[in-house]
Amino acid sequence: MKKVAVIGVGITKFGELWNSSLRSLTIEAGTKALSDAGIPGEEVDALYTGCMTGDMFVKQGHISSLIADYGGLLPVPSTRVESACASGGLALRQGFITILSGVADIVVVGGVEKMTDALGSQTTGYLASAADQEWESFNGATFPSLYALMAKRHMYEYGTTEEQLGLVAVKNHYNGSLNPNAHFPFKISLEKVMGSTLVADPLRLFHCSPVSDGAACVILASEEKAKELRDDPIWIRSSGQASGAIGIYDREDICTIDSTVNAAKSAYKMAGVTHRDIDFAEVHDCFTIAEIINIEDLGFFKKGEGGKAVEDGITSLDGELPINPSGGLKSKGHPVGATGVAQVVEVVTQLRGKAGKRQVKDAEIGLSQNIGGSGGTAVVHIFSR
Amino acid sequence: MSVPRFWREIPYRYRLIGSYCEKCNETFFPPREICPRCRRSGDIKDIKLEEEGEIFSYTVIRTAPPEFDVQTPYAIALIKLKNGPLIMSQLTDCEMDDVKIGKKVRMVFRKISEDGEAGIINYGYKFVLAE
Repeated sequence: MKKVAVIGVGITKFGELWNSSLRSLTIEAGTKALSDAGIPGEEVDALYTGCMTGDMFVKQGHISSLIADYGGLLPVPSTRVESACASGGLALRQGFITILSGVADIVVVGGVEKMTDALGSQTTGYLASAADQEWESFNGATFPSLYALMAKRHMYEYGTTEEQLGLVAVKNHYNGSLNPNAHFPFKISLEKVMGSTLVADPLRLFHCSPVSDGAACVILASEEKAKELRDDPIWIRSSGQASGAIGIYDREDICTIDSTVNAAKSAYKMAGVTHRDIDFAEVHDCFTIAEIINIEDLGFFKKGEGGKAVEDGITSLDGELPINPSGGLKSKGHPVGATGVAQVVEVVTQLRGKAGKRQVKDAEIGLSQNIGGSGGTAVVHIFSR
Repeated sequence: MSVPRFWREIPYRYRLIGSYCEKCNETFFPPREICPRCRRSGDIKDIKLEEEGEIFSYTVIRTAPPEFDVQTPYAIALIKLKNGPLIMSQLTDCEMDDVKIGKKVRMVFRKISEDGEAGIINYGYKFVLAE
């Protein structure tokens, strides 16, 4: 089978970036990634951009044309990819498939979200558009509340504690304190998490990822091109995607995100590896409970034991299986469309051994997992040196 | 928001009408055009759901979108209907401290939200504690 490599990565600072626009952020990440790959724009065969809600946050539709145009890449075919918070991961998968199909040799995959141009009061509603509008949002459900429903049940069924949820945030902030691009690059204490304002019981403010601006970009290449351009390409060993119920009410088990289980199954199979072969992972911790559920659904820990694994330090940077060395969505920030691509930027940086103070030791195989909504979409990718 | 968007869902929201697949003997809410189990080979019919159930999970929302701002804090829950599916609903007329997983609840008819000052008023089901 053909192989696809990541030959360049670029990312902007994440945060409240008042001087940057949707287009300027995307172009900044794209330029960095193309420079990293060492290729000119003329070599680009196709462009994919993950963006969830440009239509709402900045009222910009037709993002495909905008990015190709302001990226100076006309007339390269450009496609905007949307699947809520999994838009970035899904854009990557489209790029991967495009190269596998043989129609392109070099593909640029970007992800972006410009969230702080909207008023704070509008943001909750815009993000809730990833839920079932008629039967969840209509009743007043917000995004944190959907994950809070999962958290309450996880605590009820498995004895997961508020402290364990809090420790996910503490760990990810520690990792993020070593990431200069993080939205919140500082450590926090468990007391601070537990004392923060309640958003939707049991989730407090410090259990939630922030509203961030930011963009990330990766350059994909066919095996031939990758070998020609770099001596350290990072290979995309597999891509798995699965859909799940849009509404949390229709899930078989709200403590499991079926789409992750199914996407991971495809990804492990395609890569010919098991969860035991994974050295570290970037997972979708939009809320702390999500990280606990994800590391169980990816097969790393038995259902119900994710919280304890965090408490025991297994998922810490120096633990057996580091989770979210970048700081995760919690500390690094969560510009929704950018997230899935930013995860890949981190995995590639780690596999290249260039992650500096947050470098995972002996990182050879890494995994990224990106979720849309409360689990309606999941995308899992596996990478190796 | 246009009136028809809410008007067309009235039977389901006011009376808790769901869908029933005769082939799979399974009930769904909200209503579905085709059965997700047997797909087109099934026979989907409207069914009146029981107005009683128990709390499967819940949370109290303290940060809400503008149209629900006046109601905060409010509780939402996943409710396992008697002989029926899980549905999402607000809980109302209750002390937040009394809300627990496993508590029995029953449906009531309430105002859900207002679409601004001049827009329509949305009504539908909420649930109250039955014990």
